[in-house]
Amino acid sequence: MNRIDRCFRDLRAARGKALIPFITAGDPDLPTTRELAWAFDEAGADLLELGVPFSDPLADGTTIQRASQRALENGVTLKGVIGLVEQIRARSPIPIILMSYVNPILRMGAREFARCAGDAGVDGIIVPDLPPEEAQQLQAYCTAAQVHTIFLAAPTSTEGRLRRIAEVSQGYIYYVALKGVTGARESVQSDLEASLARLRRVTDKPIAVGFGISTAAQVSQVAALADGVIVGSAIVDRIEQRGRGPGLVEDVAAFVRALKQAMG
Amino acid sequence: MSWPFPDRAGHFGRYGGRYVPETLMAPLEDLERAYLEAQQDPAFQTELTYYLERYAGRPTPLYLARRLTEKFGGPKVYLKREDLCHTGAHKINNTLGQVLLARRMGKTRVIAETGAGQHGVATATAAALFGLECRVYMGTEDMRRQALNVFRMRLLGAEVTPVEAGSRTLKDAINEAMRDWVTHVDHTHYVLGSALGAHPFPLMVRNFQSVIGREARAQILEAEGRLPDVLLACVGGGSNAIGLFHPFIEDAGVRMIGVEAGGLGIESGKHAARFAAGEPGVLHGTLSYVLQDGDGQIQTTHSVSAGLDYPGVGPEHTYLMETGRAAYVWVTDEEALQGFRLLATLEGIIPALECAHAIAYATRVASEIGRDGILLINLSGRGDKDVDLVSEIMGEAPQQGGMGVRHGGDVIPDVGR
Repeated sequence: MNRIDRCFRDLRAARGKALIPFITAGDPDLPTTRELAWAFDEAGADLLELGVPFSDPLADGTTIQRASQRALENGVTLKGVIGLVEQIRARSPIPIILMSYVNPILRMGAREFARCAGDAGVDGIIVPDLPPEEAQQLQAYCTAAQVHTIFLAAPTSTEGRLRRIAEVSQGYIYYVALKGVTGARESVQSDLEASLARLRRVTDKPIAVGFGISTAAQVSQVAALADGVIVGSAIVDRIEQRGRGPGLVEDVAAFVRALKQAMG
Repeated sequence: MSWPFPDRAGHFGRYGGRYVPETLMAPLEDLERAYLEAQQDPAFQTELTYYLERYAGRPTPLYLARRLTEKFGGPKVYLKREDLCHTGAHKINNTLGQVLLARRMGKTRVIAETGAGQHGVATATAAALFGLECRVYMGTEDMRRQALNVFRMRLLGAEVTPVEAGSRTLKDAINEAMRDWVTHVDHTHYVLGSALGAHPFPLMVRNFQSVIGREARAQILEAEGRLPDVLLACVGGGSNAIGLFHPFIEDAGVRMIGVEAGGLGIESGKHAARFAAGEPGVLHGTLSYVLQDGDGQIQTTHSVSAGLDYPGVGPEHTYLMETGRAAYVWVTDEEALQGFRLLATLEGIIPALECAHAIAYATRVASEIGRDGILLINLSGRGDKDVDLVSEIMGEAPQQGGMGVRHGGDVIPDVGR
C-alpha cells in the first residue's frame, strides 16, 4: 500500500487530520532540506511536500519564487531532489510528495522520472501546470512505479471538472483554497466550507487544502473542514528569514509542531 | 480551408494543449466557448470588421518595394504594410478582436504582457476605445529599451507594471500576467499578444491575425495574377508570421520562412533561436520548442529586438517546422540592424527591429528566388519605438557605417525536421 494511502487511512481511523508542510528542496541547501524533513517528521508532520525549483513558477507567489531562485542558484535539479528523497528515506518513512512544474519532468523523460522517483521512495507527485487532460501518459508511468499522481481542484472548477479530478487523483485531492497564487493571506476564504462540500459530494477520497494558509488559527479552522492542511509559504518565509544561520532547523520544526498542535 | 489544426483539445500534432493550473482551466473553457460563438456570430464579425477598417485603417497596402527589388537584382519584393496600422504594428488586429470578445463576455478589466511595447500599446488602445480598465506587465529591461512605448501606454490610460523577475523581459512579463489572471479571473480577460499560451489562445490569435494573410493573398493575386514564391516574417511568439502564413498553408508552392532572433550568434548562447537550439518543452501553458537547459530550466534569451526576445514559440510554428511546411532561420542583431538601415535608406521606411530581421534575411534568400520570383515580406511594425535604441547602438552616427553585416551565424537553410 502506498504510504500516502496508509497515512490517510490511519488518520481517519484515529479521527486525525494530516498536517502537510511544503518546502522548496535545496533552500537554503539540500543537506538542510534533509535535516528539515527529518525534523518535521519528529515534529508531527504527517506528509511532506517537496518543491522542485523551476525558473518560471507561475502558480507561485513571491515567497516561493524567491525560494526557487535560491535553490536554482545552488544548482538544485530534479535529479538532485530525487537523490535527496533517497537520503531522507534512510531515516524516515514520512510520505513524500514532489511538487514540480511539468517541464523539468518532460526534460528528464516522464518514464525515466517515474522510475527514478519510485526507486528513491517518492510516494506522489503534484504537477501544478498539468491538468488531467494532459496528464495521462505521466500518470501511467507513475502508476507503474507506484507513485501517486495528485491533482488540484480549484474554486473555479466546474462540477464536471471536479468529478474528473476526483476520479483520477490518487492518494488525496489538493484543493486550492483561493483564486490566486501561493502565499500567505490575512484570512481563509469565507466560502471554503461550501466549496469543500461541493467537492465532497463527488468523492470520498481525502481532501487536503492549501494556498494562503499560514497561521495556527487558520490551520485549526481548515482542519475542521478537510482531511489535510498544506502550509507552504509561511514555512518557506521562516527559512528565508533564518537563512543558513544556527537554529534554523529547530526554529522551523517548532513552528511545524505548533501547527500540528493547532489541529487538536 | 481544410487545415484541421488545432484539434478540439487545442493540439497541433503533439504540440499546443493546455498546461495551466486548474484555476485557469474552466476560464479557458469559457473563453473557448465564447470565442467559437463569437466567430459564428455575424454581428460580432461585422463589428470587428468595422473597427479594423474605420479605426485601425485596414486593409493595409501591399507595396512593391522598387528600390529594394533593384538592390536585390530581382525577385520582386512586396511589403505587407502592417506598420501602417493604427498604433504602428499588426498587434491591433488581435487586441481589437480580444477586447471586443472580453466586452461580450462581460469582463470589465483586461491585462496584457508586452515585450517591445507594441502589444501593450495596442491593448491599451483597444481598452481605451471600449472603456475597459487595463494593466500591462512589462519587464524592466524592456521598459528601459522601449521607454517611448511605456509613455504611450500610460497616455492611453493603462497602468504599466514593471516586472523585476528573471531576465526582466517578455517571459517574465507573461509569468506576472498569468499570476494576475489567476487571481482576478472573474472579471479580467488576459489579452495574450502572441500565438502561444494555452488553448484557445494560439487558435484565437492566429485567426484574428489571419486578416494579414487573407488580404495579402488577394492583393498579390490582383497585382501579379499569381501567388508569391516565398513568404518571410519574423518570429518571436509568432503572431505576425502565423497571421501571414495561415491563409497560404494549402498553397503548396508557396514557401514559408520564419526568421528568429540570432542575437550575438548561436554559439554565443545569447540569442532567441528556438528552432536552432531549443527542445520540445512546456512554457506558459503550451507544449512547443523552448530554449532550456539539460534540467528543464528555461534559459534567458538575448535579442536587440525586445519583441523577439523570448525562449518559447507558438505551437503551430513548431508543427509547421516538424512537418516541413515552413522553415525557420535566424539572423544576428547586426544583420537585423543592417536590415533596419537598408529599408530606411532605400524605401524611406523605418521598420521595427523585429521585422528588420525578415528584411535582413531577404538579402540572403533573394538570390535563390531568381529574377522572376516574388518575395512577400510581412512588415509587421514601424520602427519609431526603436530609434532611440538604434541611435545608442550606432553611436548616434548612422552615416559612419561601422555596422558591417556579419555572416558568422550560418543559416539553417531548411530546418526540415
